[in-house]
Amino acid sequence: MSASQKIAGINEDYTEKYGFHDPEDYFLKAPKGINHEVVEMISRKKNEPEWMREMRHQALDIFFEKPMPTWGNSELLAEIDFDNIHYYIKPMGEQARDWDDVPENIKKTFDRLGIPEAEQKFLGGVTAQYESEVVYHSIREDLEKLGVLFMDMDSGLREHPEIVRKFFAKIIPTRDNKFSALNTAAWSGGSFIYVPKGVKVDIPLQAYFRINAENMGQFERTLIIADEGSSIHYIEGCTAPTYSSDSLHSAVVELVALKGAHIRYTTIQNWSTNVFNLVTKRAHAHEDAVVEWVDGNIGSKLTMKYPAIVLKGERAHGEVLSIAFAGHGQHQDAGAKMIHAAANTTSRIVSKSISKDDGRSSYRGLVKVVRGAHGCKTNVECDALLIGQHARSDTYPTMDVAEDDVRVEHEARVSKVAEEQLFYLQSRGLDQDKARMMIVNGFIEPFVKELPMEYAVELNRLIELEMEGSVG
Amino acid sequence: MNHSDIVFACRDLHVSVQDKDETKELVKGVDLTVRKGEKHALMGPNGSGKSTLAAALMGHPSYEVSGEIWLAGERIDELEPHERARKGMFMSFQYPVAVPGVSVANFLRAALAARRGVEIPVREFRKEMDAAFAELDMDRSFISRYLNDGFSGGEKKRLEILQMRMLNPVFSLLDETDSGLDIDALKVVSAGINLASGPENGLLMVTHYQRILDYVKPDIVHVFMEGQIVRTGGSELPRELETKGYEWLLESSAVGTGDAS
Repeated sequence: MSASQKIAGINEDYTEKYGFHDPEDYFLKAPKGINHEVVEMISRKKNEPEWMREMRHQALDIFFEKPMPTWGNSELLAEIDFDNIHYYIKPMGEQARDWDDVPENIKKTFDRLGIPEAEQKFLGGVTAQYESEVVYHSIREDLEKLGVLFMDMDSGLREHPEIVRKFFAKIIPTRDNKFSALNTAAWSGGSFIYVPKGVKVDIPLQAYFRINAENMGQFERTLIIADEGSSIHYIEGCTAPTYSSDSLHSAVVELVALKGAHIRYTTIQNWSTNVFNLVTKRAHAHEDAVVEWVDGNIGSKLTMKYPAIVLKGERAHGEVLSIAFAGHGQHQDAGAKMIHAAANTTSRIVSKSISKDDGRSSYRGLVKVVRGAHGCKTNVECDALLIGQHARSDTYPTMDVAEDDVRVEHEARVSKVAEEQLFYLQSRGLDQDKARMMIVNGFIEPFVKELPMEYAVELNRLIELEMEGSVG
Repeated sequence: MNHSDIVFACRDLHVSVQDKDETKELVKGVDLTVRKGEKHALMGPNGSGKSTLAAALMGHPSYEVSGEIWLAGERIDELEPHERARKGMFMSFQYPVAVPGVSVANFLRAALAARRGVEIPVREFRKEMDAAFAELDMDRSFISRYLNDGFSGGEKKRLEILQMRMLNPVFSLLDETDSGLDIDALKVVSAGINLASGPENGLLMVTHYQRILDYVKPDIVHVFMEGQIVRTGGSELPRELETKGYEWLLESSAVGTGDAS
């Protein structure tokens, strides 16, 4: 048996740790399928303003009319059965501000996922979404006093309609792609954040997304606005039970970093391998603003996600740092888009992927420098690590540069866990599994060191499970 | 084999490699015995198979090996490389590979724990590591650098010998340790090797040049050509090779080339 065959599948303990599910005892569960009736029902139940209701219906028509993306993985995309998905499930009546008010089985689920514990230890606020709705929400009092708004998107629309209307679907237009249209039609939950001028939130806010039902469609919608000179770090995590039939997660995330603001958005995506994860994420970075997407994709059947930053103001800086892990049966089609739309803007893309067994990872990236955007600098680094004979990695970089005085650097590397590295470490007494783990951990180190400690530990643990021969 | 002063031996060792459909024999029957406190040198021209022999002795998976390999009275030719290492075999690589993202300190701690069979408390480990870095005249800043990543040739070799020093092997194989070293680095590395090889352990230096042998004096010198040991002598042999080259040995050798059967 070759060394790579000895390695366990991805997330060896996923079923036990994340893949469990609760009995379904829901307040409201829409029948399967999407149509104008379902959209109308969602909007009515949420008591939304007219403009939002109309936007949903228009979006649904756009969804019907738009073709499937022709990139990524057409074969897998064709497997999505849109008629076999629940587009809206409301698990409980009212959102809770106290864990004790969350129904017992849902609370237990989040306990198992360690959310209340993390909240107490190192977070400034938490929203916990279960199916379509945020069931629990909190924000630290001192942040609230500073005027920081952090709530689920539905509450945001209700309580701050003027801000929401100004930005909603302005960063990512409904027509952007088939799945942004679907999200706009069926959206529910997600986070709304506004950080006032000059306020620096130095402790992360977190959202956790949990799918529980079989054939669930989760369409959270997130909007983060960092006003001038403010800063915010937002973290999201997600998991789902393992089922034999597919679920769909299709989020839209819009970020606005106004002059001199700093947004860091960290994702640790660990969906079960029956979840399609088709997400649109885009940010506007104004003058002197900094936006960073730190994007970890470990789970899901197929992920298609290319966090984008439009550098709209001079000297804005954008970074996308991503890691993808594609194990048996998985395809991670991830990447980044960087649009230099103003002079002297800078960007950096670091993409790392690990493919093992028959897993496949692709880097799909675009760097665009528009006419008039002088003095821009961009650096793109793609690193792929292959484990085993059947693992696959592809790189699709696109550069579209309209100015001459621009510094563009691009580097792409593919490496196998080299026999020589393994032999070297083995010759120092490390057995093959340990040696391989050390090589992989080293490979992802540049990503891990950007995570808050607690997440770094969790990510390392996930990877270690992946690399170990067996898990007790 | 129960001679208690023998730290390393191989008997009738053959090493071959699969090259497409062809099996190529690179080592054609080698016998070696290294006793406690002995320093051996294995010299030979480029391409004679010296490095193959060293890697095969350490258990490199690319090679088919037959014959016996003994370490401190135990047969090890069926063992994995990491098992050989844990039992006290060490190899200093001619070209140590880089492992990006893995710090020197983490690597050393893992290697030390593997060799000793117990985790070493952080403070104790730091102390040992600092001492070894001082001996090899290496800056402490190396401990947080990634393993061999961006190291110069000389830096890599120092780190190899530093590992040898810390791991305290029963038997060490040094593969072309002098290559890529300037004279100052050679002196430091040689001093490290001398410190690491005491009366209880054995050493086999695989080298093309006699240069390092001026600093680490061998007791026994073997000449290895075309897959076999063609001559074994004392410390006078390297000088002779330096002036006369290797070819005359093939002609005068009773062993022959191995092809001439």
